Amino acid sequence: MKKSNGRKFAYTVLAWVVALLVFFPILWMLLTAFKTEKQAVEVPPLLFFHPTLANFAVANSRENYLHFAANSVIVAFGSTALALMIALPAAYAMAFFPGRRTKDLLMWMLSTKMLPPVGVLVPIYIIFQRLGLLDTRAGLVLIDTLMNLPIVVWMLFSFFRDIPGDILEAARMDGVTPRQQMVHLLVPLALPGIASTALLAIILSWNEAFWSINLTAAHAGTLAAYIASFSSPEGLFWAKLSAASVLTVAPIMVFGSLTQRQMVRGLTFGAVK
Amino acid sequence: MSQATTAAPGAAARGRAGRGRKVNTFPLLAPSVAALLVWMIVPLVLTLWYSLQRYNLLYPERRGFVGLQNYVYILSDSTLQTAILNTIVLTGAVLLLSVVFGTLLAVLLNQEFWGQNLARVLVIAPFFVMPPVAALIWKTMMMNPIQGVIAWVTQSLGLGAISWFQNWPMLSIIIIVAWQWIPFATLILLTAMQSLDHEQMEAARMDGAGAISRFRYVVIPHLSRPITIVIMMETIFLLSVFAEILVTTSGGPGHATTTLTYLIYIRALLSFNIGGASAAGVIAIVLANIVAVFLMRIVAGTLERR
Repeated sequence: MKKSNGRKFAYTVLAWVVALLVFFPILWMLLTAFKTEKQAVEVPPLLFFHPTLANFAVANSRENYLHFAANSVIVAFGSTALALMIALPAAYAMAFFPGRRTKDLLMWMLSTKMLPPVGVLVPIYIIFQRLGLLDTRAGLVLIDTLMNLPIVVWMLFSFFRDIPGDILEAARMDGVTPRQQMVHLLVPLALPGIASTALLAIILSWNEAFWSINLTAAHAGTLAAYIASFSSPEGLFWAKLSAASVLTVAPIMVFGSLTQRQMVRGLTFGAVK
Repeated sequence: MSQATTAAPGAAARGRAGRGRKVNTFPLLAPSVAALLVWMIVPLVLTLWYSLQRYNLLYPERRGFVGLQNYVYILSDSTLQTAILNTIVLTGAVLLLSVVFGTLLAVLLNQEFWGQNLARVLVIAPFFVMPPVAALIWKTMMMNPIQGVIAWVTQSLGLGAISWFQNWPMLSIIIIVAWQWIPFATLILLTAMQSLDHEQMEAARMDGAGAISRFRYVVIPHLSRPITIVIMMETIFLLSVFAEILVTTSGGPGHATTTLTYLIYIRALLSFNIGGASAAGVIAIVLANIVAVFLMRIVAGTLERR
């Protein structure tokens, strides 16, 4: 007993040292967000200081943080809702009425994810320009929906497969239409799975940087584009940058930590549970 | 495709709802399939089409079909070779780092210790940080040669400060990207570790297998499949690394950190060379597809196993 406690103690120390080392940049960003600009660049780095909330206020007012945050929220939730609406019927059909081609269809959907975004940057940019979708939230919602659709279909499919078909079968015997089955039986039954799928789609869309940097500017820019704009001058404001970053990263970190296990399933296309 | 019957192998055995009936699944599948079909085909065809054109947004009047000229030009340009090489170096290095450290971290975090859940959350956290934020934290507060934390540490150790992005640009990018993707590998592998049979481990222990041989003969074989998946998934995302380069080195100094993705971005949106950028885009798609073929095989295998 004593020996195993000693072992546990050693692992505790080792694991925590490693964990804090990995987490350190985030921790440091968190600390810097509460410093003044002068304290932020002090050498040696300040560990103890009198915290200030001023950076958060500035990030909110002058830097127009809220405008970009609103865009991020609209795009993340909009694209997730749209993706779910399109994906739910497809995942339902493939999980409960698999045909000969279902597997091929799933693989094909996955294969669209392999297309490197940069390979189609030019045509998408030009199409957006022609249709007046550049720098619009609608355009970005569309892109994020299509980007996440394969993952959403796969994740829903893998959750639906775990639901016993007998329940739906019984409902069918009672003359319930597929549509009713889906809305009144499947959705409530698979709600935890659908929720995790939605959460993953929100996270992916929120953190998506490539398209939002290239297709949006001041009007429809998301937080990813906003933060990237901090990079220009060498003598930038670390404390304000940190405050804006904390506000940007915090919600996703909380969401993500809550759904780790289900996320694994989505990100590995059901291969690891 | 529109008619699915339960004659499909395995369907009846699993007791699915469609037993003994024909259900028209076409209207259910159509929206997803149509959306992805358009999303895949239209830009692809346009990229191919533009790649055969002389087309610069700055000179719209000088437009016309030029055949393979864009390809000849871009393939003879040494920047493309540099960019492809940089892409391979970045992807390869980050893959290696994330598999090695991901495995070690997963094994460590799978041990019993106090505060296990919180420590896991801390280790996984960098994966949830959006790329521009991650890159800027490292660029400023960590790697700045004067006020950065790393400079302070190395100077305290008497090693002097390192000008990361000037002297080690690629290494710097690798460190930043690896910091984001090692947690991903850890997350996947830790989840896989948790499904490792305890009895199997116990049996190996009873048979006198030491920690190292248990790791070698029980853990590694169990993780081989998840590791392959980590490699494939990360490859998809690593080939598209963009924001980390944009906010730190902008591809420089020179072309030291210009990857294929970044090169196309420069060609397309900074010099408005639609034809050249499209040709590079086609090359990127071809390269990605070579990787994709392997990934598809693995995932297809997963579907079969059930």
